[in-house]
Amino acid sequence: MLTPEQIERKLDRILLKVQKPGRYVGGELNSIQKDWDSVQTRVALVFPDIYDIGVSNMGLKILYDQINQREDALAERAYAPWLDMEDLMRQHGIPLYALESKRPLACFDLIGFTLPYETLYTNTLNVLDLAGIPVRSAERDERHPIIIAGGHACMNPEPMHAFIDAFVIGEGEEVIHEIIDTIQNAKRQTSKVNLNDVQPLTFDREALLRELAQIPGVYVPRFYEASYLDDGTVARIEPTVADVPKIITKRIVAKLPPPPTKFIVPNVDIVHNRVSVEIMRGCTRGCRFCHAGMITRPVRERSVDEILQAAEEALKSTGFEELALLSLSSSDYTHVLELVTKVGEKFGGTHLKVSLPSLRIESVSIDLMERLKDRRSGGFTLAPEAATERMRRIINKFIPDEDIINTTREIYRRGWTTIKLYFMIGHPSETLEDVKAIADLCKRVLAEGRKVIGWKAKLHAGVSTFVPKSQTPFQWVSCDTPEQIKAKQELLKRELYRDKNIKLSLTDAEDSFLEAWLSRGDRRMAEVVYSAWKKGSKFDAWKEGKKYDAWMEAFAEHGLDPLFYTHRQRRTDEVFPWEHITAAVRKNFLFQDFRMSLEGEIRVDCRLNCYACGILPTFAGLRRENPGEGWKCPDVKSPSLKVISNSVISKQPAQSDAEELPVVGD
Amino acid sequence: MRIQITFSKQGALRYTGHLDLHKLWERAARRAELPLAYSHGFHPQPKISMAAALPLGFASRCEVLDMKLERDIPLEGLRDTLQGTLPPGIQILAIEQVDDRAPALQTRVVSAEYEVTLTEPVDGSELKRRIDAVMNAESILRSRRGKEYDLRPLIESLTSVSSPEGRGEKIIMKLSAKEGATGRPEEVLDVLGIAFEETRIERTRLNLSTNLH
Ligand code: SF4
Repeated sequence: MLTPEQIERKLDRILLKVQKPGRYVGGELNSIQKDWDSVQTRVALVFPDIYDIGVSNMGLKILYDQINQREDALAERAYAPWLDMEDLMRQHGIPLYALESKRPLACFDLIGFTLPYETLYTNTLNVLDLAGIPVRSAERDERHPIIIAGGHACMNPEPMHAFIDAFVIGEGEEVIHEIIDTIQNAKRQTSKVNLNDVQPLTFDREALLRELAQIPGVYVPRFYEASYLDDGTVARIEPTVADVPKIITKRIVAKLPPPPTKFIVPNVDIVHNRVSVEIMRGCTRGCRFCHAGMITRPVRERSVDEILQAAEEALKSTGFEELALLSLSSSDYTHVLELVTKVGEKFGGTHLKVSLPSLRIESVSIDLMERLKDRRSGGFTLAPEAATERMRRIINKFIPDEDIINTTREIYRRGWTTIKLYFMIGHPSETLEDVKAIADLCKRVLAEGRKVIGWKAKLHAGVSTFVPKSQTPFQWVSCDTPEQIKAKQELLKRELYRDKNIKLSLTDAEDSFLEAWLSRGDRRMAEVVYSAWKKGSKFDAWKEGKKYDAWMEAFAEHGLDPLFYTHRQRRTDEVFPWEHITAAVRKNFLFQDFRMSLEGEIRVDCRLNCYACGILPTFAGLRRENPGEGWKCPDVKSPSLKVISNSVISKQPAQSDAEELPVVGD
Repeated sequence: MRIQITFSKQGALRYTGHLDLHKLWERAARRAELPLAYSHGFHPQPKISMAAALPLGFASRCEVLDMKLERDIPLEGLRDTLQGTLPPGIQILAIEQVDDRAPALQTRVVSAEYEVTLTEPVDGSELKRRIDAVMNAESILRSRRGKEYDLRPLIESLTSVSSPEGRGEKIIMKLSAKEGATGRPEEVLDVLGIAFEETRIERTRLNLSTNLH
């Protein structure tokens, strides 16, 4: 294996030939380089997309902090090199290395990938290959690092089951320590045996993986087997060994640990040059299309003081010019007004830009933004997601049309000239009329804007295509066909391209299908992923990288039909490929919610009324030990798992665990 | 108050370009809580300027920047405070106060000196012969970005320092660095027939005119 010095020497010869060489050299402020020999366990954390995007990833930042706080372990980072760099690295025999020590990734004990979205799958294979590590889990042995992955996409890990040794389902802050401890134990035992041996330190990989499989929230796919029915759907997924769990339940932390404050400050420009503080995790809104909202429950909030202190420390340690207060729904943070007021007071007049994403469509949101911004630049973003009240009932994001009009008018009136509205097409049962309503709504909003500020008013409509995701109420529905998507997009273009003050952006239908079959695929998809990568697919989220034809060929090669994954309404009793993985929201709850959507029934915020989605029975113990304001679920008082629900506003009585829906087999 | 900072740029920082270096200093000043002055207008910019852009990949022991502060601060201890907020690869060599009315730093640069280390073995006497040829030439016409120019008058001096084994041979050059008349080390190396990727280049000195008005 090459030494760090050899790698650096080789790098010096090629770096000036690539775009932005600063991506590949490390040396950033706040990066941590520990003495390699002073620790027992070395972890490489990988975001398998380019540096420019990866550096600011929150999940990896948290793990980097967690691991480096241990005396007995170190964590370094790696990202996917861009196409030009990859070519030169392969040409010059440079393996993928970690930025801190410049050691090849293959030297590490553990490699952790974060997979927030599915289009990173081919890159993950490519990263392993570039690191000189066998891509398939079954081909790795004692000489190779253990490969783990986590992140939202892993809620359906099956399409990657052949390549990842162990998946972390849910939140990683605590699990990562348990994984490291387990690895240390395994390696320590063998080193005792080999005390006087000259052999390099080895361990029993299979035994170690078996131990990892016993950590709650860790899924080791090699110990499970899937069988299929004649119609191609999954019959069952079962453990093949005795001591691993049948169902892997996601992990959560009862209380959010102190937020990281020592952000890495890159020496080259990246996408988000900012400090981020997560103000709350989870979402109680229950939008039916929203994967993140369903899988990150329960809602846990940080205190205003903790957020302010972290923001201040992080800004001081980085000097960044922007602060992002992150959550899935800022307006729902209990103390949002107090937070925003204090942030405004504390950082006002310091040239700091503050962003507060995901605000509700109501005038309070404008007040919040006004407190944060001295200047009205950058546009005001809102996400109605659908343009008719009917559709908004179906997706459970109910906002009356008048609220949208009144709020947007007020935004223009208070000095913003650009409003960005986000929509999705392809929601279940959507018609062309619902799509035309998107165009109509945009025009109406802009017309109102013109009344107050004249021709300065601009509107940006971002229209993406809905992809039904695992573990959500819409997991039963089909994607739109290419023809439907085309018709809907053409309609929007026809309606909106004429007005030059409206900017329309659409997502490529091919991108949506790729996302759909990867997020809904079963174990057989792994071979398709492998073949697509072999045929040159990588950077699937980039137009420079993805190769749609390669994917089509890969499907054909393995006798699989992409439409089976994308354009098929699921049977109500269908066993999903992710049936053995749960985000702790019950399948029955999801199905009931799906049926409500067909009736146009909405469920209001579950802070106001617990619907017994499954979170509380699963995490009753954690909740009991952590009562009060931190969580937005009701308190659990009795030692039994009874959920206390205060039905105030609900039309829908809370579903107790005992009530089973007849149609769904769970 | 206006201060002038001399610093070195080494290691990973060689791959940080001019604009990113501006940003780096802006953030460093913020981390050190210096009262950085900003321009007025819709997009306020910090008042930081650099003497001469350093090409990507070059190391330097003599970068100079000029920074305007909103008010006076004691210079004592500033070097340590600021150094503590910088990434490894940037080392402060000196900080001094300059007259508010002094001309812009960029206009004061006269010439720059470079030390080029050759990473591949070369024939020392052949190299000397080529250097002599360059120095004896009346003019060296070249074209860069479609424009013809004479490189020769931009070379103030050019010598080599041989190493016993013919490895790590060095070339020392002093090139004009006035506005509109800036010599580039890569161009000189090209004339000498040395491949750019087989070198390590360090800027060792920036000569500034002492005329402050
Ligand atoms: S348990 Fe109740 S309050 Fe908690 S997330 Fe589920 S529905 Fe909402």
